[in-house]
Amino acid sequence: MLTSGIILLEGGLLNPNPGLIFWTALTFLIVLVILSKTAWGPILSMLEERAKGIQSAIDRAHTAKDEAESILKKNRDLLAKADAEADKIIREAKEVADKLRADLTEKAHDESRKMIASAKEEIEQEKRRALDVLRNEVADMAVKGAEKIIRTTLDADKQKVVVNDMIKEMASSRN
Amino acid sequence: MRKKAISRILALVVPALLSLNSPVFATTGQNEAPVAATAPVAPASVEAPVAAPAEAEAAHAEGGEEKPGDLIMHHILDNHTFAFEPFGEVHLPRIEVAGYDISITKHVVMIWLAAILLIVIASAAGASVKKMSANQAPKGVANVFESLVDFISNDVAKPNIGHGYEKFLPYLLTVFFFILVCNLLGLIPYGATATGNVNVTLTLATFTFIVTQVSAFRAHGIVGYMKHLTAGTHWALWIIMVPIEILGQFTKPFALTIRLFANMTAGHIIILSLFFISFILKSYIVAVAVSIPFAIFIYLLELFVAFLQAFVFTMLSALFIGLATAHEGGHDGHELEASGHH
Repeated sequence: MLTSGIILLEGGLLNPNPGLIFWTALTFLIVLVILSKTAWGPILSMLEERAKGIQSAIDRAHTAKDEAESILKKNRDLLAKADAEADKIIREAKEVADKLRADLTEKAHDESRKMIASAKEEIEQEKRRALDVLRNEVADMAVKGAEKIIRTTLDADKQKVVVNDMIKEMASSRN
Repeated sequence: MRKKAISRILALVVPALLSLNSPVFATTGQNEAPVAATAPVAPASVEAPVAAPAEAEAAHAEGGEEKPGDLIMHHILDNHTFAFEPFGEVHLPRIEVAGYDISITKHVVMIWLAAILLIVIASAAGASVKKMSANQAPKGVANVFESLVDFISNDVAKPNIGHGYEKFLPYLLTVFFFILVCNLLGLIPYGATATGNVNVTLTLATFTFIVTQVSAFRAHGIVGYMKHLTAGTHWALWIIMVPIEILGQFTKPFALTIRLFANMTAGHIIILSLFFISFILKSYIVAVAVSIPFAIFIYLLELFVAFLQAFVFTMLSALFIGLATAHEGGHDGHELEASGHH
């Protein structure tokens, strides 16, 4: 320890050297002046420019993001509105369809009822007509039967008597 | 692969172990030989010219076959010769102006080398940055410089100085890169660490001191500056506070000086000491098992310290400037300073 200390002091590690101080100062100042012009100036200005560029890029990205968000929101709103509209349309359509169906069934019911009624009436008419025909037929047949019966039982004498009676009767009634 | 390596190490180590004592004899023999050779010659020739070499020899002998400590100091200290060990050496010119010795020493050469390297590389980076547009990715040297410049400006200057930090950026950046390059140049073979010289670090710290004081004057004016020295205490305490504050102005650059100088010197002393262990013990085993691995470890540590100390110097400079220019609204500067004193 002691010897190293002595070496330090004897060796002149801390000796002042005005020449070296002079040259160091001169060299350093020259380097400072030259490098300020040739190196630090351009590098620092470029760094600043780049920092500005990055900042503006970030700002632009932010505004783009905001814009995109607003667009997204608008889209979502539009979508929601469209959904609501579609729901409404479907509901309305359903209502209309229901009404239409009800109407149609009502109409069909009416129609069928009417058809049934007319059919019934027709049937009635047919029945009546059939009855009339039947009645006429029966009457004809009865007349024909009666004719046949009468024809078979009718003779001249009796006829004369009948006619005479009739004449007498008519004469008496005229008086 | 591994077997080959082990056999090679054995081939190195075994003869060393066998002839463990022979180098000792060899060195002492070599040392004695010239002395023995000159001794008989000296009386024979004229006495005057012999005196100088004899003295040199005496000094050499007195140093006891060159003390490792002296050698280490020789490597660390400034020098008038630039030695390229086995190839020879370059003698640097001695200049004296008006009684002042302003010789070009080894450390001056290293500073110039650092300055030239820095100017060339940084200017190239600046030129390539100038050529490209802002939204283009930087490449190569420009990229390295840009990230370091960005680090110094946004993580060192901005948080420590705050408003108006842009004014001090050229100084802080130059200090950072200058110290960094000087530190790194000290790590290459034949290089010397200029920042391991207290004169260099003192000069740099003085620049920080000047920048700090000037910016304090500019920020507060003379009255504000004087008020700063009272640290906002009651007038009765001024007789204690003012000297402490004035002293505080000088301890800051002093701390910067010693921190950088000591850190850079210590690492080199450790590496050299580790090497000299193997020379002192005269053993290849120590060299292979201790000196080289540990020296490599310390070297890597030094590489880290080179960056760290450049950063610390810059960071503290920024902090001191920030403390000096802190506006009246922000008294946190004072509190920070005060807590630092306790």
